[in-house]
Amino acid sequence: MTLATPVAGLVTDVIEFSAVDGPGNRFVVFTQGCNFNCVACHNPYTINPCIDCGLCVDTCPSGALGLDASGHITWDAATCSGSDVCIATCPYDSTPKARAMAVDALLGRIRRAAPFLSGVTVSGGEATQQAGFVRDLFAAVKAELPGLTCFVDSNGAAPVSTWDLLDPVMDAAMIDLKCLDDGIHRRLVQASNAEVLESIRLLAGRGKLHEVRLLLMPGQNDSDDLLARTGAWLASMDPRMRVKVIGFRHHGVRPSAVPLLEPSAEQREHYADVLRRESDFELVVV
Amino acid sequence: MHSQAEAIVTSRAFGYDQKLRRLAAVADNALPYPALSPLAAEALEARVICDMYEGNRPYTPRYVLPDYAKALRQGVAYLELEPPTTLDDALSFLTILYSQVPSVTTYPVYLGDLDALLEPFVPSDLPDAELDAKLRRFWIQLDRMLPDAFVHANVGPSDGRVVRSIWRVERSLRQVVPNLTLKVSPQTPDDLIADAVRTVFETGKPHFVNHPMMVADHGTEYAVVSCYNSLKVRGGAHSLVRLNLKEAVARHVGDADSFCVEALPHWVELTAELGEARIRSLVEEQGFFESNFLATEGLVELDRFSLMFGIFGLAECVHELMAREGRPDARYGHDERANAVAHQVVRRVAELVGERPLPYCGGGGGFAYLHSQSGIDLDLDTTAGTRIPVGDEPGMLEHIEVSAPVHELFAAGISDIFHVDDTVKRNPEAMVDVIRGALAVGMRDFTFNLDSNEFIRITGYLVRKSDLVGLEEHGARHSSDYLAATAEINHTVTTRAIKRVIAAELSPK
Repeated sequence: MTLATPVAGLVTDVIEFSAVDGPGNRFVVFTQGCNFNCVACHNPYTINPCIDCGLCVDTCPSGALGLDASGHITWDAATCSGSDVCIATCPYDSTPKARAMAVDALLGRIRRAAPFLSGVTVSGGEATQQAGFVRDLFAAVKAELPGLTCFVDSNGAAPVSTWDLLDPVMDAAMIDLKCLDDGIHRRLVQASNAEVLESIRLLAGRGKLHEVRLLLMPGQNDSDDLLARTGAWLASMDPRMRVKVIGFRHHGVRPSAVPLLEPSAEQREHYADVLRRESDFELVVV
Repeated sequence: MHSQAEAIVTSRAFGYDQKLRRLAAVADNALPYPALSPLAAEALEARVICDMYEGNRPYTPRYVLPDYAKALRQGVAYLELEPPTTLDDALSFLTILYSQVPSVTTYPVYLGDLDALLEPFVPSDLPDAELDAKLRRFWIQLDRMLPDAFVHANVGPSDGRVVRSIWRVERSLRQVVPNLTLKVSPQTPDDLIADAVRTVFETGKPHFVNHPMMVADHGTEYAVVSCYNSLKVRGGAHSLVRLNLKEAVARHVGDADSFCVEALPHWVELTAELGEARIRSLVEEQGFFESNFLATEGLVELDRFSLMFGIFGLAECVHELMAREGRPDARYGHDERANAVAHQVVRRVAELVGERPLPYCGGGGGFAYLHSQSGIDLDLDTTAGTRIPVGDEPGMLEHIEVSAPVHELFAAGISDIFHVDDTVKRNPEAMVDVIRGALAVGMRDFTFNLDSNEFIRITGYLVRKSDLVGLEEHGARHSSDYLAATAEINHTVTTRAIKRVIAAELSPK
């Protein structure tokens, strides 16, 4: 399966040390581009690839952006002040700062951080949209740093063939389940949840599901009945499943036609109580 | 002297005990200073070199690390104490002994490796709840009777019932005293480190130290005392003298190379001379080792002591040297050349200290131990030890990479404090990964604190934020809080990216 040239990734950013992207301390690669368009997306600038329209070049306060001879946007990391005015300017849910990164370059950075890591997580955007890159990155990590685990953080909207491709080099995945009810899912995500449910079932069956995340928004996808059904469905695959209950927060989210509210601490605890009644889950409430 | 004493006795902010200790310091400082050469006296007056305001005539070593294991085995004749046979007797025995252990702070800076000392006294049928209750009483006693954040206990590197109970008691009591260090070896179970990490979340303690590195420097009988000073058990440090690198470079004309070749030998010699004068005064004039029961009963041995040679203000020194290279914007912690100059200066000091023999310093093989001195409340505009300035620290990985290479040189302790945000609370194993990595790449000590913590480390010791409020008017129960209040204002440590404590004693103010 080794390719002559590993597939490069379109990468939004990397974080050397993260305590919130899987077990232990992890190196996280965020890929650019997502096949969902969630109303509650916390990093909407990762949804689309840049189309080189050039609007952000004019608003950049530090002169770090430009257009090259062929009309592509250039970004100078050294000059960039990190103001993210470019992201605020972009009308297309993108960023001029995503760049193609080769597996070798990423591996160099992972190598440096390796003494401090439990593993590597590819997040997004949607990691499985660049499955070839993820596979090649993980294969390289496994070959050189076998002590590190390789995780994918995904929206679950990927076909079985993608999971099959990743299976030999991926230790586990963390899957977001926006809503068990397909009607509500379509309203919140503009897509069906059929593939997501199938991915959860498949990964749980293979013992490769690290956790399922439920992002809950009051009045949208948090009714007791819906949560209880979600709990029962998850428990049918693994009664001790690790389930992370995440209360919606406004930070980073686009203005929305759907009124979105943040659940209180009491509401979040209530969600956990409802799920607990269905099964003895390993529950994490955030 | 008269007016100083007046101010102390009439103060409304000091308790009785604190007045008594301060009056003793005034009397000490009324005595003549040990003889110094004119150059050393002048450098001391200008505070290029510094004696930490230990007092004019040392009558106790600065840090004393009694061999508590030996005391428990043989009893203490001076205190008419028989060797204990039960856990209750052992706790009582130690509490009494602590009351007689001197140090520069007037409180014991070392309480022992408590898990190793107490584990043999814990009956296998004693339920955890009862063990916790006994240690909880002991812990409250320590905090109330020895109210100083430099009072320090060690645990690890092995797991056991006592160390697990200590974490539980710590998390439930949330006290300043005692300061704590967990010795970490590759064999220390992850789960024990994770339990300690959860304790940091609650109390800002313990420090995590590199057990194999310490054993290589000091042998298996070592301990971390006061803030983060690593020394030999049954030994200690006569004194701590320190060199202000910011002031030293200000008195030198020339670049980094000439500073290392010409200036540093001069200042290191003057600092060593100051230390030697204080050691001779302590050992030969005041005769501590001839008269104190800890020495006469073999609980400390003179040849396991040495001098601590501290440096501080490295960051300002490097920035000045970079300005002289025409690069005033090159910052320590961020610029490759600045980092290289920092390491060059530190290695040169280490080399010079390793070439300057000192009397009565058998603990260091006849030489001083190097120490990255984290500052006192009076240090204005001077960065603690070899740290990167507060608020200007790079990302954690880079911070560790810049700091780690020189940690091995500081046998008597070095500390860089790392700040982490609250999200790590849900994932203590992430901190276990970072601690393991930091020690594996050569850090001697790894200390971290949470943004949100009620406990903050000032330079090496802990205070509770709530204890600092209203200090001027009402006084504080912990003597170290006075140092913290002024250090807090001077160092703006509560706004920095990392919260780390300092070691301070009696301030001359």
